[in-house]
Amino acid sequence: MASDAASNAPSDARGLGAAVGDSIADLGTMIVELIAGLGDFTLFFGQTLAWLFRRVPSRQLVVTSLYQIGVRSLPVVALTGTFIGMVLAVQSYNQFERFGMENRLGVMINLSMYRELGPVLAATMLAGRVGSAIAAEIGTMRVTEQIDALASMGASPIQHLVVPRLLACFLMIPALTLMAIFMGVAGGAFYCVHVFGVDPYFYFANAQESTGVWDLFYGVTKSVFFGVAIAVISCYRGFHSAAGAEGVGRAATIAFVQAFVVILALDLMLSISLDSLYQLIWPGEVAIG
Amino acid sequence: MSASTPPSAPDPAVVSSMLDVRRVSVRFGEQAVLRDLTLSVPRGETLVIIGESGCGKTVLLKSLIGLVKPTQGVVSFCGRPLAGLTDRELTAARTRYGFVFQNAALFDSLSVAENVAFPLIEHRRATREAAYQAAIERLHEVGLPTSVMTKKPAQLSGGMRKRVGLARALVMEPEVLLYDEPTTGLDPIMSDVINELILRTREGRKGVTSVVVTHDMHSARKLADRIIMLYPVSRLLRGEPQIVYDGPPEGIDASNDQRVTQFVRGEARDRLEELSLSVAAD
Repeated sequence: MASDAASNAPSDARGLGAAVGDSIADLGTMIVELIAGLGDFTLFFGQTLAWLFRRVPSRQLVVTSLYQIGVRSLPVVALTGTFIGMVLAVQSYNQFERFGMENRLGVMINLSMYRELGPVLAATMLAGRVGSAIAAEIGTMRVTEQIDALASMGASPIQHLVVPRLLACFLMIPALTLMAIFMGVAGGAFYCVHVFGVDPYFYFANAQESTGVWDLFYGVTKSVFFGVAIAVISCYRGFHSAAGAEGVGRAATIAFVQAFVVILALDLMLSISLDSLYQLIWPGEVAIG
Repeated sequence: MSASTPPSAPDPAVVSSMLDVRRVSVRFGEQAVLRDLTLSVPRGETLVIIGESGCGKTVLLKSLIGLVKPTQGVVSFCGRPLAGLTDRELTAARTRYGFVFQNAALFDSLSVAENVAFPLIEHRRATREAAYQAAIERLHEVGLPTSVMTKKPAQLSGGMRKRVGLARALVMEPEVLLYDEPTTGLDPIMSDVINELILRTREGRKGVTSVVVTHDMHSARKLADRIIMLYPVSRLLRGEPQIVYDGPPEGIDASNDQRVTQFVRGEARDRLEELSLSVAAD
């Protein structure tokens, strides 16, 4: 037994060394693939921007995208906005009531909706409803050679497939965000005033005093970045879809997950940047009323 | 030819071959699909590329129009390497091609009329009416009635889709027609209809160069001026050429190459043994 163990020791050591070597190699491959992927994505985004200014896309394509992406997302965004506003009221009422501040609930609800929940909610719904659909549609076009067909006819797939969707997301997400904000504010107000019995005069007066155009600008500005990210990530995933139903399904899932993560990361960076901008324009003032 | 010469202005006296493939290799990762291929397609010739599934026929066809970029080597159109063309020049060159895809690759979201008229609206800035009129003419040419114009591709049978794909490829009056397995998935009668349509379009357009990828020997014999047979790189020995037959259709039956006769006669031979061995090794 002892001699067996001794004879196995060098091979175990070699095995361990090989395993560590393999792990390092795998890590290296992962990093290289990540950098290559980022480079590829950047090129894709650059080509999209170039095509955006090189040639005006067909009006029919843009109108169809505006309808699919904007108009058809409106009901779901409005509905989720309303519920989020009401949920905010339910979750916050007890805390505010304890300090006798229920009249200021509107400040919290409205600021949350204007600055965070409105844009993030609209973007999340758009990523889920539209981003996945874009990735699946373009992925199917890739698998069924429709993208090759476009290219073989001397048409740019980016100009025909990506630019209209980017424009639609860019133009429609501010409208969807405004809808989410409006419905959230209305939902929160309805619940506070009609269910919790908060005095409507003080509720609305406090809310109006503490929220302003800057807060609206804050939310809408964020949403524009989110819209661009959703469109480009979803189209990129569709263009790089693997073959078959599984490949297209994976592209749709990855498009949503990546868009969602990017939305959250962008949210943080934009919040920091916009607060810094506020301080630059109005030094010494507090951004949140 | 100077670099500034547009691809739309070749000199036929100088450029006799329409398509040139010089020492082209294509790899996808570790997998070699094409290896050191050289061939030339003269203007007006119909070249049929045959070979078993996975031998690289479609990759070769797509590399002729720049949809697949060779890992090594040069593909030239009218004497100009595709890799050296600017985006604008490549677009101009591609308007001189027509590509019939294996499953037609019609745009799902567009009607048949919009599909066929697409290249005209895209490149010639034709009015919708003029483009649709040209689309009707091409649809009639491939035996489709005007009533299919408003249908979506999903509402068409396989044969009709192929014919719409052919009509779309013809609408720009191309100089080069590339067909990727035009009869695959069709019944024998519809396959022959497609073959006849391909012959008819060729007769109606003198000087058009055609490259047809197929593994249907009936189609190959019927359409070809010349046949080349590709063999999978994975089955070749080092240094062996990938083109195992290059000649007239009438000579292919007399080939002494076992690989060619096996394909032409459709015999499994050693492949069954390979299947057994691969199962045993599993």
